[in-house]
Amino acid sequence: MKIETKELSLPSRIESVEKAAVEAEMFAKQSGFAEDELHSIDMAVREAVANAVKHGNKLDETKKVEIAFKHSTHGFELVIRDFGEGFAVDEVPDPTNPENLLKADGRGILFMRAFMDRVEWFNHDEGGIIVKMLKKH
Amino acid sequence: MAELNLTERQAGDVTILDMSGKVTLGEGSVALRTTIRRLLGDGKKKILLNLGGVGYIDSSGIGELVSSFTAVNKEDGTLKLLNLTQKIQDLLAITKLLTVFDVYDSESDALSSFE
Repeated sequence: MKIETKELSLPSRIESVEKAAVEAEMFAKQSGFAEDELHSIDMAVREAVANAVKHGNKLDETKKVEIAFKHSTHGFELVIRDFGEGFAVDEVPDPTNPENLLKADGRGILFMRAFMDRVEWFNHDEGGIIVKMLKKH
Repeated sequence: MAELNLTERQAGDVTILDMSGKVTLGEGSVALRTTIRRLLGDGKKKILLNLGGVGYIDSSGIGELVSSFTAVNKEDGTLKLLNLTQKIQDLLAITKLLTVFDVYDSESDALSSFE
């Protein structure tokens, strides 16, 4: 039987990135996504959870990363929340700008946007960032 | 898939690193960084990264390739890439890093380019 929603609460450590990606792939497979689409979902989930663990919660294991997957009429929806200080996504430097090309980091958001059909960021009223992503069928 | 495995071989004064596994946040990225630092410390400044066996790379791994490139350049060395999979090529295109890296499909062509 197809499970319509799933929620995870993971500790803020690097291993949670792999855990979230594996769970997302298992969940998305039920919707019949092709291998390339599953790869895109995997990439986006890893980047989003890595951001939440590293930049949001700053590897503070007392803070969780909350993740929700949902099958909807639009496709596969994901919501990922951290409990950090939040940030303004518009202020993140464009990593494809020539002056940023040789920087070691800052490409996660670019990948999330490249691999998903919709990505939105919201500051939660009680702190932290919520990322909502959609992969269409 | 295993974390990153790195095998080193020498072709003249060029050091080839055959990479297999994953270059991702955590151990994979650290393994590459440590190896590049050691090679530079040993005076090996012509480095060819063979990514043919790398099945997965994330933004952290891409960042590590960039860091390797800049670390080698800083020592007046040269770092080039060999055998990119289609997925890695796509990521380098998205990030516009294909304009930065010297990329080869043939090991002999890559080795000749160092001369």
